[in-house]
Amino acid sequence: MRRTIGDIAAFVTSKNAGPFLLTLDIVFPDRATYERFKALKALDRVTVAGLYGVMAEDVLKIIEFDPAHAVKITMRRAWGSGAVGEGDVYGAQQHVPLMEHAVPWEDA
Amino acid sequence: MNAKRTAGHRMTILAPEGMLGYGIPPRSMAEGMKRNPDALGVDAGSTDPGPYYLGAGVPFTNRRAFKRDLAMILEAAKTRRIPVLIGSAGGGGGTPHLEWTLEVYREICRERDYHFRTAVIGAEVDRGWLTRQIARGRTSPLDLDTPLTAAEVNRSARIVAQMGFEPFMRALDMDAEVIIAGRAYDPACIGAVPLRAGFDPGLVIHMGKILECGGAAAYPRHGSDSLLGFIEEDAFVVEPPNPDKVCTVASVAAHTLYEKADPYLLHLPGGAIDLTRTTFEQINPRQVRVSGTRFVKAPHYTLKLEGVRRVGYRTLAIAGVRDPILISQIDAYLENIRQRVAETYPDGYRLIFHVYGRDGVMGRLEQVKEIRAHEIGLVIEVVADDPDTSAAVLALARSAGLHVTYPGRKAIAGNLAFPFSPSDLKAGEVYEFNIHHLVVVDDPLELFPIEIVET
Repeated sequence: MRRTIGDIAAFVTSKNAGPFLLTLDIVFPDRATYERFKALKALDRVTVAGLYGVMAEDVLKIIEFDPAHAVKITMRRAWGSGAVGEGDVYGAQQHVPLMEHAVPWEDA
Repeated sequence: MNAKRTAGHRMTILAPEGMLGYGIPPRSMAEGMKRNPDALGVDAGSTDPGPYYLGAGVPFTNRRAFKRDLAMILEAAKTRRIPVLIGSAGGGGGTPHLEWTLEVYREICRERDYHFRTAVIGAEVDRGWLTRQIARGRTSPLDLDTPLTAAEVNRSARIVAQMGFEPFMRALDMDAEVIIAGRAYDPACIGAVPLRAGFDPGLVIHMGKILECGGAAAYPRHGSDSLLGFIEEDAFVVEPPNPDKVCTVASVAAHTLYEKADPYLLHLPGGAIDLTRTTFEQINPRQVRVSGTRFVKAPHYTLKLEGVRRVGYRTLAIAGVRDPILISQIDAYLENIRQRVAETYPDGYRLIFHVYGRDGVMGRLEQVKEIRAHEIGLVIEVVADDPDTSAAVLALARSAGLHVTYPGRKAIAGNLAFPFSPSDLKAGEVYEFNIHHLVVVDDPLELFPIEIVET
């Protein structure tokens, strides 16, 4: 079966990392869940780019951060924060495509 | 750094809150002061609220709230005779932001008869100096691919550089009791005192990174709150003074991710900290011990530049649409408005429709293509070179939006529900970030004049 990242993780957030980058954090509730997710290798730049309709080269980094049981994704922002026409100055509501992304996950 | 100097020593820093003016819980402040901190450090700035505040030279915090928090900090500092370090004063950290902060500060000192030896550190960058650095090849882009140009420097309304720890340390050498600094690397106001005392720079900077956000690294994470940092020779410990909160390995490690592009390597003026060997350890239910973070010196000392340019004046109107016949053809309806406006005003402005219920939040990143809502919120925005043009174009777009017809229309009296009268709101000057670059300097102090003022 498949579960969404939002179902598996404790937190899924988005935020600016400076005015021109957007960073998405997936924080897992414990080491075991984190390791299980990592083993799936479910997120690569092409997959993340597909979730947001951007080019793979705009997904700059996908980093597994063991101390926080977290996966961090950093993307180029479509616009600079506060640019005319931009809709999310803090970048705080751009997490949903990632949160709703389903991955293979059998309930234990 | 001389580790022997700090062997067996411990220093305590209290960050009363993560943003000066967001509200210090009095109990947290009182509990924090019971731990006899050696300094109070508080960050007051960010680029997060967007480019306007730096450009317009105004704070993003409320004056009353800011004054209350600053008065609490000064009272504590006076009682214990410990230094206060404020970074990125007034939010943007430019000259008008410093002046605003000083005005509030002087008012508190006058009302309470406080007298502190006060250092004020400027952070605005001179355009002529920066243009010369471009010519010397000393600037480079950060997160953008665009090199800095003299033209872009000249278009900027205001440019600041983020100072490192050194200007704060110099002000401490000058016996400053209160330091009010312009734009600064966020951890500098936390780390300058322990760094000057000889503690390990990797640990000091990492502790600064955590404390500059105040209680954000403690759970439950809600509201503005305080955080204590205890630094020793080979580790530091963080603890929330609020007895209802705890620091956990998860809360502290997760905070290390926050707003960072890469949590393993965090760049700063003059170098970076490397977290690949960092360990986080729960030493009791409320404290986390952090060790192993290393400072890596950069071959050249670089400063981050932030600049904004003014791109026009904004007028906007907010309206709702409930009619399903109109919602089903919203794109054609908006295009019709755009054409009506263009018949009178062919160019010289930008007309933008933020369509909440369709893609108002995510714009071109939105992957849900159909409207699922029974009503939509519409923000009609105009940005033009002058305020009169902006208002005139918006007025026409708003009236066209109200009255333009569409196929199958039943509600011939009007298309939009306006929540407010007046409907047209002047939002003032509009700025955009145009400088987000690095510049190499020979001297970490050279851009940051330190002035001692009396209160």
